[in-house]
Amino acid sequence: MFASLSSKLEQVFKKLRGHGRLSESNIAEALREVRLALLEADVHFLVVKSFLERVKERAVGRDVLSSLTPGQQVIKVVHEELTALMGAKAVQLSLASVPPTAIMLVGLHGSGKTTTAGKLAWLFQREGRRPLLVAADPYRPAAVDQLQALGERLQVEVHHDGTSAVEVCQNALARLRREGFDVLLADTAGRFHIDQELMEELRVIKGLLHPTEVLLVADAMTGQDAVKSASAFDAALGLTGVILTKLDGDARGGAALSIKAVTGKPIKFIGVGEKLDALEVFHPERMASRILGMGDVLTLVERMEAAIGRERAAEVEQKLREATFTLEDFKAELRQIKKMGPLDQIFSLIPGVSRLQGLPGVELEGRGLVQMEAIIDSMTVKERRNPGIIDGSRRRRIAQGSGTTVAEVNRLLKQFHQIERLMKQFLKGGKAMKMGKGMPPFPNI
Amino acid sequence: MSEQKGLLERLRRGLRRTQEAFLGPLEDLLGSPRMDSGLLEELEELLITADIGVITSERILEKLRRDLGRKELSDPRRLRDYLREEIASLLGQVASREPPYPTRPWVVLFLGVNGCGKTTTIGKIAWRHRQEGKKVLLAAADTFRAAAIEQLQIWGKKAGADVVSHRPGADPSAVIFDALKAAKARQMDLLLIDTAGRLHTKRNLMEELRKVKRVIGREATEAPHEVLLVLDATMGSNSLTQAREFHQALGVTGLVLAKLDGTAKGGALIGIVDELKIPVKYLGIGEKLDDLEEFEPESFAEALLIP
Ligand SMILES: Nc1nc2c(ncn2[C@@H]2O[C@H](COP(=O)(O)OP(=O)(O)OP(=O)(O)O)[C@@H](O)[C@H]2O)c(=O)[nH]1
Ligand SMILES: [Mg+2]
Repeated sequence: MFASLSSKLEQVFKKLRGHGRLSESNIAEALREVRLALLEADVHFLVVKSFLERVKERAVGRDVLSSLTPGQQVIKVVHEELTALMGAKAVQLSLASVPPTAIMLVGLHGSGKTTTAGKLAWLFQREGRRPLLVAADPYRPAAVDQLQALGERLQVEVHHDGTSAVEVCQNALARLRREGFDVLLADTAGRFHIDQELMEELRVIKGLLHPTEVLLVADAMTGQDAVKSASAFDAALGLTGVILTKLDGDARGGAALSIKAVTGKPIKFIGVGEKLDALEVFHPERMASRILGMGDVLTLVERMEAAIGRERAAEVEQKLREATFTLEDFKAELRQIKKMGPLDQIFSLIPGVSRLQGLPGVELEGRGLVQMEAIIDSMTVKERRNPGIIDGSRRRRIAQGSGTTVAEVNRLLKQFHQIERLMKQFLKGGKAMKMGKGMPPFPNI
Repeated sequence: MSEQKGLLERLRRGLRRTQEAFLGPLEDLLGSPRMDSGLLEELEELLITADIGVITSERILEKLRRDLGRKELSDPRRLRDYLREEIASLLGQVASREPPYPTRPWVVLFLGVNGCGKTTTIGKIAWRHRQEGKKVLLAAADTFRAAAIEQLQIWGKKAGADVVSHRPGADPSAVIFDALKAAKARQMDLLLIDTAGRLHTKRNLMEELRKVKRVIGREATEAPHEVLLVLDATMGSNSLTQAREFHQALGVTGLVLAKLDGTAKGGALIGIVDELKIPVKYLGIGEKLDDLEEFEPESFAEALLIP
């Protein structure tokens, strides 16, 4: 996530740390580079301007320049200001004090509204609530079918009856109480903010539903237009928050850094995949840490515990610490690790990981997984416990036994070492967290 | 055809509807008495707001600085013409392929990230060729996204083109295999293949596309004849990365820029054409069948500079 911005900023800070003392001109130079990095990441130019003014004001302040670690101080200021840009604290969805709650999703074409509606339904369902999905998009071909297909997958009721978007919502509202749903999730049609007629339709729907949340669903790859469309949606409807989607790609963070700054509306969730469970709560501070290459240990801990459970996590930790983590454990953990999400995503959570060389996107997708297990199964116990002994002829034997190629065996061994390294890194970061620091440690470059 | 006249006209109308004044208007810039560093900075901002990107903007301005000595440029009012010509020449440097149909069926593969506008674009292109009396077949090779097949079928009906499809979750290559067979048997002029949107960073999904392309190549000589990448005009610099990755993996032969009827300018296109030398074929400017325009460097550049 935001890897490109992240690595640019790391370079700037590396230089900064290189100076024992900082002069105003060192700082000015660094900030010029920060400006470029932010603009290249599609942060809106007005946001960049005011951001830099604030950082500069604080960074050339006395206590920074006279501090023993001025470089570190500047980075701290940048970290704090980045966090502030994105909203300081995670903000929960607000629900009606007396159910049912209504939530509206709005946004440009193809931003991810329908998928996100499905993801939210899944979330509510998991909390034991009864959501009703409402297909308020009678315009785009097959939009209703799309929501229905998601509803079927989730076994969530989808309402689509009505001749217009407004009527669909009216009818859904009537059903809501009658059939005892707790949450109404209205998926609306994609539209441009300059389309007066369709914006008016949203206002009418809002007046009808009295939603506690009007959420703008925005594509994280949006360019300078992000603040234009977000402000216009906000002006017309009064947004309560934003959901950024497609953060599983290589979006550079422009929309994330600009939308909150300009509209003042918090980013509540981020979409990190096409599957229905790929939705995460947005934590501004964690995101700022990720952007600055400090990793995001908190999220990593959460994912690890969710995936393999507290106890097993502790066991793995022990083995790694004693360097007794073997290919056998690796195989046992494979499926679990996969549950934590795609490996490249996991890697990005680890402090300083962007500096580790040669971390290709290891993929544990369907066939690959089966193949890896087959390879490990074809090894002897001795080999599994001590992969160091696996030489060329053993590799050929293993490849033959598992119906794979030597290249594939090599790849697996490499991945094992990567994961071993990953786990070790993770433990280091985790320990720092447990020591009670509020923030993951800055990588020592 | 609709009575609306061209992209420029529509953009002007669209923008008139916009309440906010977003850009530091170029008119203001142009009215300023002389060219100074402040003006150049504002120009940079203008270019960046159009999503042209820091690097490409810098290149354009660099050239401008060099050319500033030229007499006619000392008058800032000539600036717009200068910029328009610069941008148009960057965009027009690669000629797009000749129209199809020497080969039959002419096979076009559509690619793009999730939600960029592939299916809608296919509907419009199908309709355009149907208007010219060509026989068009569509292949629903997006078997992944919920209701993607139905969506293409509806567009097919609107455009008057049949759709070859399998069930959701089927192998895209199998759909294409059947579609190619049908296109040959039925003497189709054009076969348009819709694929599932995918982020260019997903290695396994990109590999799947390569496989799809290989299948096409095996079943029809020299096919696909075109590989069109659909880009979303509201996207920023990420479009360039998208284009790079899709091009590297599949060899893109043309670009379509969709969703130009909003307020985004799609300036990222300039950097893409300049770096990858891929021609732009069409612009998408709405959700109706005829909301598709042939790309025209001059008017695109002009629209880019309208504040
Ligand atoms: N990779 C990825 N894809 C996503 C994410 N969210 C949505 N998508 C995909 O983006 C595409 C568009 O999503 P939709 O949910 O149809 O978007 P929409 O806003 O409802 O689109 P319209 O109704 O046509 O305006 C689909 O292919 C989704 O699978 C995400 O977080 N990551
Ligand atoms: Mg939708």
